[in-house]
Amino acid sequence: MGTHENLLKLVNIGKSFGNIVALKDINFEIGNNEIIGLLGDNGAGKSTLIKIITGVYKPDVGEMFWKGEKLKGYSATKAREIGIQTVFQDRALAEQHSLWRNIFMGHEISGRFGFINIKKQKEETKKLMTEIMGFTSSAVTPDAIVGKMSGGERQGVAISRALYFNADLVILDEPTTGLSLKETKRVLEFIEGIKERHKSCIFISHNIYHVYPIVDRIVVVDRGKIVGSFNKCDISLEELVEKLYLVAESGKMCGASEAYMP
Amino acid sequence: MKNLFQKNKMEFSVIGAFIIIMLAFFIANPTVFLSFNTYKAVFTVLPITIILTVALVFMISSGELDLSFPSIIGLSAWTFAGLTKLTGNPYIGMFAALVVGSLAGLINGLLVTKLKLSSLVATLGMNFLIRGFIMIFTQGFGISLLFLKDTLFYNIFVGHIGNLPIQMIWGILFAIFAWLLFNRHKFGAYVCYIGDNTMSSKEMGIKVDNIKILTFTLVGFTASFASIFVVLINQMFWPTAGEGYLLVILSAVFLGGTPTWGGIGTIVGGLVGAFIIGFLETGIIASGLTGFYTQFFFGLIIIFSLISHRFAGLTKK
Repeated sequence: MGTHENLLKLVNIGKSFGNIVALKDINFEIGNNEIIGLLGDNGAGKSTLIKIITGVYKPDVGEMFWKGEKLKGYSATKAREIGIQTVFQDRALAEQHSLWRNIFMGHEISGRFGFINIKKQKEETKKLMTEIMGFTSSAVTPDAIVGKMSGGERQGVAISRALYFNADLVILDEPTTGLSLKETKRVLEFIEGIKERHKSCIFISHNIYHVYPIVDRIVVVDRGKIVGSFNKCDISLEELVEKLYLVAESGKMCGASEAYMP
Repeated sequence: MKNLFQKNKMEFSVIGAFIIIMLAFFIANPTVFLSFNTYKAVFTVLPITIILTVALVFMISSGELDLSFPSIIGLSAWTFAGLTKLTGNPYIGMFAALVVGSLAGLINGLLVTKLKLSSLVATLGMNFLIRGFIMIFTQGFGISLLFLKDTLFYNIFVGHIGNLPIQMIWGILFAIFAWLLFNRHKFGAYVCYIGDNTMSSKEMGIKVDNIKILTFTLVGFTASFASIFVVLINQMFWPTAGEGYLLVILSAVFLGGTPTWGGIGTIVGGLVGAFIIGFLETGIIASGLTGFYTQFFFGLIIIFSLISHRFAGLTKK
């Protein structure tokens, strides 16, 4: 498959909760080896959109395609099977447990009777952490308890878990929230690593300064709609900030009509 | 070696406590504690405590509570005794008891997951409900199974190997099975992840409700397994069978080092906790104190254990 074909495509997706319209006419796509920054205020619909992509919610209307094929009977389990891994906002870790248990949480390496291959899981964890993720901290060993790690390290664990399973699409929901500057830098480096690995990524944030430097394209969501989509090469950070202010004030985006819409 | 100690410091601290308590008893009355008969007496009933304690470690680690197991023991004991008397075949009685106990556990699990009831209150209610049911239908009368004594069935479960009550082997085998399930199997891992963080477990694709239902069913099954020993030891079913175990078992779980907040637990600790509880009453009386002191020392040891756990670094995040 060429790098310009789309990996995931959403067509006319809509979702309501009772009489509250959460998403309307969502058309969205992400290509191979592309990093998208999904921006929007709290309550704009980012989380609903992500929950639809990860199979947690079912859309009321619209269709979804993965590598050109229509997705049927979609669920959270199916999403992982086809190659979508998500780093949830709460990081989805069991903090009283060791790193080697957390990396394989819910996807254990086990034999026919369900017994966990602990040796293999520890080896794989060690390999993942040192060779692939480049952790050097002595706090990050397979036996380390996740709750005793720093916020950045924990986020790194959540991200490396997503990468370990060789997902084609990694979704990161607010990965920099609550992190120190240094930790944020580390997380942003991880995301750049996804690109180097020729995988795709959706990076959700409300902090444009974190998003802009590392993404290929920026998609702005507001009040349940996609109000703009910009290739980074076409817009400067200053211009983007200005446009976001406009959205916040009017709910419309200047120049949105020229924006790239699939 | 240091690493082994570091990783299992809770277990080592509980074992240390057990050794100290046993030494104290030994010094207080060496004659009693040099006699194997003392151990034989304790080992006759200790396996019931062991079996129930290790099962409850799963429950507490999953972040839920089951207060209904004493009544499930009663219900299964009644089923076992009643059907054995009726058919003359203890194997049929035992099979039915295991099914009934597991079903009672399953109902607990469904109440907690599907109807979203608090496990503490739901199983408290079930405890009264089941016991009440037994009382109404037995009218307080017991069932004698004296004819089972010295049959093959009797000897398999509560016979002797040399001087050792055979149920002790059942207890230890069950503890080993539980250890493997808890520490080496996916089921034990999921139980702990759910107790640690239910939302995380869901997000990682663990079927939270199914695991919880299985955990309640496991405790129900275990209670019914224990009920077989309860009945066979006295060759008698009483409608109160299982009463009195609730607080003793929970004490063994907690003083064994399994914390109250869920997410982690220790089968080895639970096993040693059961030993401490099992020897306590015998030891106190052998030391020359009256039975009036039993509860006092129970309380003292529980409080001291919890304090020592705190110093061993067991703190809620």
